[in-house]
Amino acid sequence: MIVEAIVFYMFSTILLLSGIMVISARNPVHSVLFLILGFFNAAGLFVLLGAEFLAMILVIVYVGAVAVLFLFVVMMLNVDMSRMRDNLKKNMTVAAVVGFVLLGELVWIFSNWHFSEDAELNVQTPFSAEDAMDNTRALGEVMYTDYMLFFQMAGLVLLVAMIGAITLTLRHRPGVKRQKINEQVNRQVKDVLRVEQVESGSGIV
Amino acid sequence: MYSLADFYFHATAALPEIVLTVFGMIILLFGLVREDKSTPQVTLMTVSAFAVTALVIAAMPSEPFKGFMGSFIYDPFAQFMKLLVLMGGAACLAMTLSYNTQEKINRFEFPVLALFSTVGMMFIISANDLMLAYVGLELMSLPLYVLVSIRRDFLRSSEAGIKYFVLGALASGMILYGISLIYGFSGTINFTRLSETLALQDGVSITLSFGLIMLICGVAFKLSAVPFHMWTPDVYEGAPTSVTAFLAIAPKTAVFALLARILFDGFGDMTAQWQDVIWIIAAASMIVGAFAAIPQTSIKRLLAYSTIGHMGYALVGMTAASFDGVRSMIVYMALYMVMNIGVFAIVLMLRQNDRQTTDIDNLSGLGKTHPVVALMMTVLMFSMAGIPPLAGFFGKLFVFQAAVSAELYGLAVLGVLTSVVAAYYYLRIIKIMYFEEPIHVLDKPTRDLEVISGIATIFVVAFILFPQSLVNAAQAAATALVTI
Repeated sequence: MIVEAIVFYMFSTILLLSGIMVISARNPVHSVLFLILGFFNAAGLFVLLGAEFLAMILVIVYVGAVAVLFLFVVMMLNVDMSRMRDNLKKNMTVAAVVGFVLLGELVWIFSNWHFSEDAELNVQTPFSAEDAMDNTRALGEVMYTDYMLFFQMAGLVLLVAMIGAITLTLRHRPGVKRQKINEQVNRQVKDVLRVEQVESGSGIV
Repeated sequence: MYSLADFYFHATAALPEIVLTVFGMIILLFGLVREDKSTPQVTLMTVSAFAVTALVIAAMPSEPFKGFMGSFIYDPFAQFMKLLVLMGGAACLAMTLSYNTQEKINRFEFPVLALFSTVGMMFIISANDLMLAYVGLELMSLPLYVLVSIRRDFLRSSEAGIKYFVLGALASGMILYGISLIYGFSGTINFTRLSETLALQDGVSITLSFGLIMLICGVAFKLSAVPFHMWTPDVYEGAPTSVTAFLAIAPKTAVFALLARILFDGFGDMTAQWQDVIWIIAAASMIVGAFAAIPQTSIKRLLAYSTIGHMGYALVGMTAASFDGVRSMIVYMALYMVMNIGVFAIVLMLRQNDRQTTDIDNLSGLGKTHPVVALMMTVLMFSMAGIPPLAGFFGKLFVFQAAVSAELYGLAVLGVLTSVVAAYYYLRIIKIMYFEEPIHVLDKPTRDLEVISGIATIFVVAFILFPQSLVNAAQAAATALVTI
C-alpha cells in the first residue's frame, strides 16, 4: 500500500511540475521535452489505476506522434515565443479572472460530488467482461462488435480530415520539373540523338 | 456482445446514413479520377445521392427503432428532421453550381465535403447517446471548417476558417467536459438510461446541472445563439457565399434536433433546470439579432444577425418545454430553411462586373433594373419579418402561441417586440431596392438561382393555403419526442 502511495505522489508531483515547466520554459524545445516527461508520468498514473491500455496509448500516440510533431513544428517554424508571451501578458488579467472563476466552480462541484443511486449498475452495463480479463482484451472484445458504429464513424472523421488537409494545402503548380520514371526509362536513342553530316565550311541550322 | 447477423439487423436503422456514406465514397473516387473539371457532374451526383437517401428515408417504416446498443434511434422525429436536412443540403449544393465556377472555387472536394458533413448531421439527429452526438458533431463540423476556408488564397476566407476552427474546438471541449460530468454522476451516456436514472433521483445534483449547462453552452455555440454567437458574422462574411448558405441552413436544423433530443429524451426530468438557461439564451438571441443587425452594411453580416435572431425564436418553442413548443419549433425550422434558401439564392445572384458584391447599397434601384429578383426579395424579406399572410408569420405565430400556453408571457412579449425591431432592417432593404436610384447595374442573374429562389418564394406565398399539412407532419415528428 505504502509503495503505491509513494509511486502515486512521485508521478503526480513530476506531472504537475513538468506541466508548469511546459508553459514557463524559455526555450520552446524545452517545453516540448517537458511535455513528453508529463506524458510519461500520466501514463504511470494510468498504470497505477490498472488501465494499462490507456497508458500504452498515451505513450505511443502522444509521445510517439503528437509530441514529435510538436518538436518538428517548433524547430522548423521558428516560433517567436517572446512575442507570444507578451501577448499572453496583455490578456493575463482576463484570463486569470476566468481561470479562478472556473476553478472556484470546480472546487464547489467536486466538494458536493455524489453518484446517482444507479451509477454502479449503469457502469456495468456496457461490459459483459469476464473476471480477470485484462483491459486491452476487454476493449478489443467490444470495440469491433458493440461499438462498431463509433469505430466506423471515427474512420469517417479521419477520412474527412485527410480530404480537408489535401484540399487546403495541395497546389498544382505548372512548370515544375518532376521525375517521371516511366518516361525516363523508355527514352530511346532516336528520340534524343540526331547524327548530322556536316559539310565543311557551313554550320548546322 | 452480438453476432454479425445482429449487426446487420441493427444496421438497418442506420440504412440512410450508410447509403449516403457509400455514395460519398463513390463520388469521391469519381472526382479523384476526373479531377476538378468534373465538379458540375460531382455536384449533380451529390444532389442525386441526397435525393436517393431521402427516398430511402421516406420508404422506411416509421415505428421507433433503436440500434447499436440503444445509441442510435430511428423514429418519426429523426425521419422528418433528416428529410429537412437533406432537402436543405441539396438546395444549397444546387445553388453552388454557377457561383463556384464564377468564383473559381469549383473544386470537386466541395460537394464531397458537404456530403460527409450531411452524414454527420444525420447521425446527430439520430443520436440517442452522448458519444454518438459528439462524434456526429465532429463529423459535421470538420468539413465545414475546411469549406469556410476553401478560398485559401483570400485572407478573409482563411481567417474565417481559423476563427471558426478554434472556437469550434473550444465548443467541443465544453461539450466533452459536460459529457464527462454527466457520465461521472450517472454512469451512463445513453439518453434512455439517463432519464430512467434521473426519474429515480430525488433532488437535483449540482454536478449534473453543471454538466448539462456545459453541454447546452457547447451546443448553443453550434447554433450561434447568444452569448456564443461572436463567430457568426465574421465567418458568414469571410466564407464564400455558397458556403455561408450551407452553413446557415443545414447544420442549424440538425443541431436543433440534437438539442431537443438531449433536453426532452435525456433530461426530461430536469425541465425546471434547463428551462431557465434556454429562456436566457432565447431572449438574448432575439435581442442581439434584432439590434445588432441595424448598423450592418454587408448583406451577409446582416443575414448572420438575422440567423441569430431566428435561432432565438425557434428556441422560444424549446423553452415552452411542451408538445406544442416542440411542434412549433419544428415548423419554425422548416420555414426558416425555405426562406433562407430563397434569400441566399438571391445573395448569390448579386454580382457586379463578374465579382460578388455584398454591400447593401448596391441593391439600390434593383426594383427598376431587375424587377423579378426585387419582387422575390421583397416577398422573402416580408416573410422573414413575419408579416401576414406569408409563411414567416405562421412560424412566429405558432412559436408565440406555444410560449403563451406555457405561461411564458415575458418571453412572448419580448419576441413580439424584437420582431418589430427586426422588421426595420428587413424593410430597409425593400426601401433601398425600390426608392433609391440605382448606383451600379448588377450583372444578369443566372437562370438556376432564379428558379430556386422562385420556388422558395412561391412556397412562402402559398403556405397560407396548406399550413395544416406541414403542421401535421411536425405533429407526427413531435409525438415521437414528447409524450403528450
